[in-house]
Amino acid sequence: MSARRGPSRRQFLKTSAGLVIGFTVAPKTRLFAFQQPGGAPALPPPNAFLRIGEDDTVTVILAHSEMGQGVWTTLPMLVAEELECDWAKIRVENAPAAPAYGHTAYGAQMTGGSTSTWSELDRYRQVGAMAREMLIAAAAAEWKVDRESCRAEKGFVVSGDRRASYGSLAKSAAQQTPPASVALKDRKDWKIVGKPTRRLDSASKVAGKATFGMDVRVPGMKVAQIERSPVFGGRVKSFKADKAKAVPGVRAVVEVPSGIAVVADHFWAARLGRQALEIEWDLGPGASLDTGKTLEEYRARLGAEGLKAKAAGDVGPALAKASKRVDAEYAFPYLAHAAMEPLNATAVVGPDGVDVWAGTQFQSGDQAAAAKIAGVAPEKVRLHTTFLGGGFGRRANPANDFVAEAVQVAKASGMPVKVVWTREDDMHGGYYRPMWAHKVSAGLGADGRPVAWKQTIVGQSIMEGTPFAMMIKEGIDETSVEGVVDSPYIEAIPHHHVGLHSPKSPVPVLWWRSVGHTHTAFVMETMVDELAAAAGQDPLAYRRRLLQKAPRHLGVLELAAARAGWGTPAPAGRFRGLAVHSSFGSYVAQVAEVSVEKGKVRVHRVVCAIDCGICVNPAGVTAQMESAIVFGLSAALYGAITLKDGRVQQSNFDDYLVLRLDEMPKVEVHIVSSSEKAGGAGEPGTPPIAPAVANAVFAATGKRLRNLPLKLA
Amino acid sequence: MKIDVNGQVREVDVPADMPLLWVLRDVLGMTGTKYGCGIAQCGACTVHVDGEAVRSCATGVSEVQGKKVTTIEGLGASGLHPVQRAWIEADVVQCGWCQPGQIMAAAALLKTKPKPSDGDIDEALSGNICRCGTYQRIRAAVHRASDLTAAGERRAEAGAERSEGLVSEMSAAAGAKS
Repeated sequence: MSARRGPSRRQFLKTSAGLVIGFTVAPKTRLFAFQQPGGAPALPPPNAFLRIGEDDTVTVILAHSEMGQGVWTTLPMLVAEELECDWAKIRVENAPAAPAYGHTAYGAQMTGGSTSTWSELDRYRQVGAMAREMLIAAAAAEWKVDRESCRAEKGFVVSGDRRASYGSLAKSAAQQTPPASVALKDRKDWKIVGKPTRRLDSASKVAGKATFGMDVRVPGMKVAQIERSPVFGGRVKSFKADKAKAVPGVRAVVEVPSGIAVVADHFWAARLGRQALEIEWDLGPGASLDTGKTLEEYRARLGAEGLKAKAAGDVGPALAKASKRVDAEYAFPYLAHAAMEPLNATAVVGPDGVDVWAGTQFQSGDQAAAAKIAGVAPEKVRLHTTFLGGGFGRRANPANDFVAEAVQVAKASGMPVKVVWTREDDMHGGYYRPMWAHKVSAGLGADGRPVAWKQTIVGQSIMEGTPFAMMIKEGIDETSVEGVVDSPYIEAIPHHHVGLHSPKSPVPVLWWRSVGHTHTAFVMETMVDELAAAAGQDPLAYRRRLLQKAPRHLGVLELAAARAGWGTPAPAGRFRGLAVHSSFGSYVAQVAEVSVEKGKVRVHRVVCAIDCGICVNPAGVTAQMESAIVFGLSAALYGAITLKDGRVQQSNFDDYLVLRLDEMPKVEVHIVSSSEKAGGAGEPGTPPIAPAVANAVFAATGKRLRNLPLKLA
Repeated sequence: MKIDVNGQVREVDVPADMPLLWVLRDVLGMTGTKYGCGIAQCGACTVHVDGEAVRSCATGVSEVQGKKVTTIEGLGASGLHPVQRAWIEADVVQCGWCQPGQIMAAAALLKTKPKPSDGDIDEALSGNICRCGTYQRIRAAVHRASDLTAAGERRAEAGAERSEGLVSEMSAAAGAKS
């Protein structure tokens, strides 16, 4: 539509409302109108989520953070499905922190829990549909034709032989009253959703042009590092900064709640300055922490049944009467997220508010924390979300640690500051997946089926002491027992009891990709494997009998087993193990093919089947399964954070090992075609891999490994 | 001190032992080269020095004086390098933080071994960690890049256009810089 006379670029900027469907961020009144409770659920304000340029570009504004999981592509797919635009014209931007972008299920603006796609399935489609209707209305008005005669088609509104591009209609569309309701397409008419679609962020990322938190540069910016307490809970008693300040390039040394910050021209000067600091610490009780001893304490607590998380029947007598009994104890270490981009954030504290740049999963919390530190209202904190160099839960911290520090250092130094964590800082920084101990006593009936199941779980609550503590019900943090209390195996056992102990510790803990399922799936799936062996039955056949009332578990299990060739001989020297687990609304089964040589476990092949209900982007789901399997394998084979004398004993990738390319198994992913409610994809692939491998190791060696990481002594 | 980065001679006033990584990122503002570990364990900082893959986090800037440094920003002489194109085709990236280093390591490998085996790829790239677990696609993309390179720049471009949607995706994503 180049023939159409449009305003100049300058006019566009001055009167942006005229050329786009609203503003990037709507005027506040409209945002809050959307938030108001009561009445029918309001449609989202399309102007907060979508902008159509005169050049026909369609800019989708993301309420969720892109950390590798693919929302940069899936959410635009939802918009494009209804908007009927040209996929090649899609652009993507991160949303600012604002109420309009609150999570449709959580309220707060955040990314986590494998929820982004399903929670936005309606909102982003509605946005696309509303914009489409407004474009059609604009065209109908301009052509003086009946709206019904107009249709939207690949970026154009068409009526008879008339045709206008979205860009040419954008200005007049913006004047249309947004529809009060829109009808979304039937699933059978989907053209984009459900089709494997390549990522939209590849080109910028492979060119090194994508901006991550650590890549942010603002005028006058300095780089800071913080020397934090060597043990959790320690405080600065006194410090001398003379030598640090004498290091060329060091501009300031300031105290913040977490330690002493050295502010310098660049990372290297900050590091040298930091090394020259003289600090006396008041270490506090954290200095005696020893994870070896903690595990002994946990094991001791397994003797008492703890707070009831779930129970039925009378488990004691049922165990006593069982014809066979299996008892087992399990242990899981603390785990670091170790995202490839170490933590960082940039802050500028100015006279009219605060600017923060961060790769964060938790905009609402970080914005509120920054506001509190700077002493301004939350809306005076402009939070700019960047790409995240991995998240895995670590960048959604209710304690807002890495963002808060940046604001504290910027405020104390009076300079624009980027606080960069070294890898060692990141590894020592806490907010780990908690340590866990489990005990299971199971009794089998004469037919080999379990009739009694008693389980005790010990580990820190990740919710305790956070704004999410209200989710703890009657002492039970659901995330400590998820994967057990909702297990179809437990449901099928008439006598069961699940108890929980939630000890406290100075070690900060947090969600870690797949949260409670990281340990519960291992216990459930290796124990069921043990029971199958005790009953003298094939692991697949045994599970089949127990999962009769769990069709989606059964569906993925059968699919993975069939594709893996379960029941046929494995290649020479290789052994198979399987596991199936449901988490985050999806069902995943995996068959691992391993060999054991000289005490080392090698995983050669993983066949994975997932039922995630309606699947928006099969290419993305496949990638997330591959990713989750590698993440889980790193933990299964290597992951452990240990403490001695309060000090974290791992520092970097030389002593906190993760899977490398030469250990990568061949991964095959199969997606169940389903019209069930959409589930998550980012996390559900992690829980089954460790038990599948452990079960394969049993097949190979006859040894039951009940602790992670897996070690053949 | 003068260093040659992507064919441009740059004057920098920094300590001689300052790692090249931080000179690139914090002094020259070239943030495509990433920091992951600082001890040559993860490969996120990989650049080429006289064509060889080098960990810039563990290379003092004075060591590259008189040598040619190539970073991810300078890898493709005109547009994207075949390795970068193969990465897009294979939909390799997830979070993307490690990928510039992976790509630099792969490009260096293909220079010495234009037709690498899986074993060659394992050997050359096992020093590059990816926490998102994109290894399987990296392997596939290195083979694809080998094919693209062998087929020559002209045919490679035609190939990219034939791959449906690839070119438009590239332009879309290039405009979608955060």
